[in-house]
Amino acid sequence: MSPGLLRYVAERAARAALTVFGVVTLVFLLVRLVPGDPVDAILGDQASPEDRADLRRALHLDESFGDQYVAFVGDIGNGSLGHSFRRRNVTVWSLIREVLPATVVLALAALLVAWALAVPLGSLAASRQGTRWDGAASTFAMLGLAIPNIWLGPLLILVFGVQLRWLPLPGDGEGGVAALILPAITIGTALAAILTRQTRGSMIEVLSEQYIVAARARGLSPRSVVLKHALRNALLPVMTVGAAQLGALLSGTVIAEKIFERRGLGTLFLEAFFDRDIPVVQGCVLVIAAIYVTVNLAVDLFYGVVDPRVRLS
Amino acid sequence: MRRLKKLPIGVIIVGVFAVMATVGPWLAPHDPAAIDLHHQYELPSFAHFLGTADNGVDILSVLLYGARLAGLVGLLVVGISLFVGTTFGMVAGYRGGLSDHVVTGIADMVQAFPAILLNIAILALVARPGIAHLVFALAVNGWVLYARVARAQTFTVREREYIQAARALGMSEGRILLRHVLPNVAGPLVVQATSGIGAVILAESTLSFLGLGPGTNASWGALLDQGSAVLLRFPHVALFAGSTIATTVLGFNLAGDWLRDRLDPKAIR
Repeated sequence: MSPGLLRYVAERAARAALTVFGVVTLVFLLVRLVPGDPVDAILGDQASPEDRADLRRALHLDESFGDQYVAFVGDIGNGSLGHSFRRRNVTVWSLIREVLPATVVLALAALLVAWALAVPLGSLAASRQGTRWDGAASTFAMLGLAIPNIWLGPLLILVFGVQLRWLPLPGDGEGGVAALILPAITIGTALAAILTRQTRGSMIEVLSEQYIVAARARGLSPRSVVLKHALRNALLPVMTVGAAQLGALLSGTVIAEKIFERRGLGTLFLEAFFDRDIPVVQGCVLVIAAIYVTVNLAVDLFYGVVDPRVRLS
Repeated sequence: MRRLKKLPIGVIIVGVFAVMATVGPWLAPHDPAAIDLHHQYELPSFAHFLGTADNGVDILSVLLYGARLAGLVGLLVVGISLFVGTTFGMVAGYRGGLSDHVVTGIADMVQAFPAILLNIAILALVARPGIAHLVFALAVNGWVLYARVARAQTFTVREREYIQAARALGMSEGRILLRHVLPNVAGPLVVQATSGIGAVILAESTLSFLGLGPGTNASWGALLDQGSAVLLRFPHVALFAGSTIATTVLGFNLAGDWLRDRLDPKAIR
């Protein structure tokens, strides 16, 4: 590794570590900043004394402020993320580990949908500017951005589950790829819309570069100019934009899991919310924030390795 | 030409929404909480223009009352976020250095959580979340966007001659920011705030849809949630609720685009 690249990697990693530290502290402070007694606020005045004592213990609220922080960070450090306050002997991590794979698969499926739609559509729109393809792409981008996923999900169920009967309905108990399609489209459409716009814009820019003009002059077919020469360079900025949308993607999984009655991190999170199981709520937030920071770091590093210009800025 | 085409749709939708939110509840034909178990999930009729939902409540009335909730939450959250974000953003951009690092650092941290998750985590700390809690939770990450815009804009005007002149004349920092920086950063912020109201309305609907909204009021998201539960038998409930949310959010986005084109003659898009 060159010194420049090494410094770039170290700098990015340090910044990510700082963000993680900040996030952990912020999650810790969230409960402690509640005015009055947090246990009163969280459980309300109808709660049983046992529940109150349990929550107090789970959050280490009886200890001094410094000890609370040490205990909180310690629970993260030992990988348990603390204990569920409703199910005393279960660690938060064991609950999360059980459901995390399903959510990751769903998020990846949504990503796949988004990229599979956006790259061909955006490239086509860029290489045939002003044609019907271009119009179709921008209409798709506008509609995809405008339609809320809480509305797209039910619509998809109505059309493909109820009317056409092509795909399983939520709660049918069917697993596998067929049950993954509609939730993935529900989450992936907005991202696909954003990426289509980005691909189109970035592709138009690349297509006016000199090496493309040269490739055309050498008599290469338009198809191979776009596929072999332009696409690779056009996709780098699209990737950055895609990574920035990761938060929306993860929020989307919460919504899609509810609509399609899928077990996952989102449903665990919502259940913990209604149970007032704060340690689990915190654990879910921490895990998702960690995923977010890690993926962004990975994209940053990848970008820096692939494109040397990035390291200098 | 395109500008002319954009004007009516977005602005008209926002106008209709504003009327619904202000006078809607007085026009509502029924009490949105009135239970009529003999007429559950009825299709549109003269008695109920948009039909009825769970417990026989009148859908049109729920939508009209829900508009007030959505408008109220939208205005409050955007107002607070705009104020906080602009203040922090301008100070960070004007002073640079440590102030800038602190504001950008906090902004990065807040954005390391997917927005909805942070909102839910905050609402989980209150036994029975009300409108005030909802507004607070949405403003916690709402300000970041405005802070970033204000900061970037302030950077570009900070070294202009008229600012240097004001500084040389001994004007206080607060006055410089208020009198000379703010007018120059206001345009993009207003554009952002317009589509921002749509985004907040969507966030409120989403939280209500997930069952986390302020339970006492009729809400679009809660109605969509009810509708989704009976989607297979009575799709009209979800159809009316969902299309109302989608149209309103789209309207605010189009209005924002239109404003951007109006305020910035150089903008190509």
